[in-house]
Amino acid sequence: MALDWQVFCQDTIERTVVAGCFGTGGARGTQTYLDWLIAAWGQTVLVSALSLVVALVVGSIIGTIRTLPESPLLVRIGNVWVEFFRNIPLLVQLFLWYHVVPVLFPFFADTPKLALVVTALGLFTSARIAEQVRAGVQALPRGQRYAGMALGFTTPQYYRYVLLPMAFRIIVPPLTSEAMNIFKNSSVAFAVSITELTFFAQQAGEETARGIEIYLAVTALYVVSAFAINRVMAVIEKRARVPGFVASTGGGH
Amino acid sequence: MLDFSVFTPEVFKAYILQGLYFSFLLTLVATLGGIVFGTALALLRLSGVKALELVAATYVNGMRSIPLLMVLLWFFLMVPFIIGRPIGAELTAVITFIAFEAAYFSEIVRAGIQSIPRGQVYAGQALGMSYGQNMRLVILPQAFRNMIPVFLTQTIILFQDTSLVYIITAHDLLHGFTVAGNNLSRPRESYILAAVLYFVICFSLSWTVKRVQQKVAIIR
Repeated sequence: MALDWQVFCQDTIERTVVAGCFGTGGARGTQTYLDWLIAAWGQTVLVSALSLVVALVVGSIIGTIRTLPESPLLVRIGNVWVEFFRNIPLLVQLFLWYHVVPVLFPFFADTPKLALVVTALGLFTSARIAEQVRAGVQALPRGQRYAGMALGFTTPQYYRYVLLPMAFRIIVPPLTSEAMNIFKNSSVAFAVSITELTFFAQQAGEETARGIEIYLAVTALYVVSAFAINRVMAVIEKRARVPGFVASTGGGH
Repeated sequence: MLDFSVFTPEVFKAYILQGLYFSFLLTLVATLGGIVFGTALALLRLSGVKALELVAATYVNGMRSIPLLMVLLWFFLMVPFIIGRPIGAELTAVITFIAFEAAYFSEIVRAGIQSIPRGQVYAGQALGMSYGQNMRLVILPQAFRNMIPVFLTQTIILFQDTSLVYIITAHDLLHGFTVAGNNLSRPRESYILAAVLYFVICFSLSWTVKRVQQKVAIIR
């Protein structure tokens, strides 16, 4: 079967081939499938990036409080958080945020769709990042904590200046896989009609009956993006490395 | 505001049970298939033959860099095209999950094999064992024992991922809850119950894994 790449130059409404192919819409408000593909990629990147920020912030907080000495209540809250978000499938969590939360809690009634998706994906991933952060802090020799205490640091101070800077360096490899996971997991947003890559693949594949070409393009974008994230994280890992301290946890990536 | 009263045991039996059965079946078949094909892929990657290593590595890395949802779409499109007739969403889901999970299980098996001390390999060779004998009698039995907890954890993730067959509308557990919610006009209650059921299943499984982990650890 011959591949027909011209499908990407078709208008999404009239299905006629548009000269110039890319960025020719505007006045008549039309777009080609190529325009749509790039826009969908943008949505995937947007959802993933925002979710990653949410996940990193929340995950770091939850992970940190799970390592606090002499605060059994906070540790317990952290554990419940992780178990809750880890043991329900992402798609079900997304439906809870999208269909249930805005009705039960009027506060969320006017929250935009994108924000609900970002919350769902961000909190789901926060549980996994919390697990990494906890492991990172606990991997440090106990003497580091005591050294901080002995210098007269308060608990927030020795976390800020002693424990967390090393812990985060140790967990860069697992965080790399989480960043790549979040990019792949953002595909569930299709289920609430966010026009990201997977939604585009399904929709455009059906409309044009050129599924193979459409899927190939989408798959290529996913692979390229995953590779790009991997490289960026490798640079961060290299830049952040403390001279003389080999933090190899053996992540296979 | 929430009304769970319509969700009687009869409703559960009519809408949910079949989906639950399919989700469990899919998990089981994909785990077993994933382990078999994953082990084969791992052995290819460690075979020392450059061409085989390249093929296996490309397959594994390719599968691992695209979302499961895209893989499901691919198989849903291509399988009927290749075998010449439609086979239904459920069978497509089974084939896709085996192919997809094989990539993840192969990484687990590879790490497991590599965690066996080199001395074990040399000891086998010194006894005059062939590559196959060494793998089958010395390396793999120890490696699999080390891998059991990771296998089980992966199986829990797999069970959660079965909900993604939503994209090809296969009739799994989540599908059962969606249909029940729509038919009884209680979609919100239905999603909450779905979350509770998934949580109970996954939480008890992961609790069991922790127990198993303590039991099977090899004491050296």
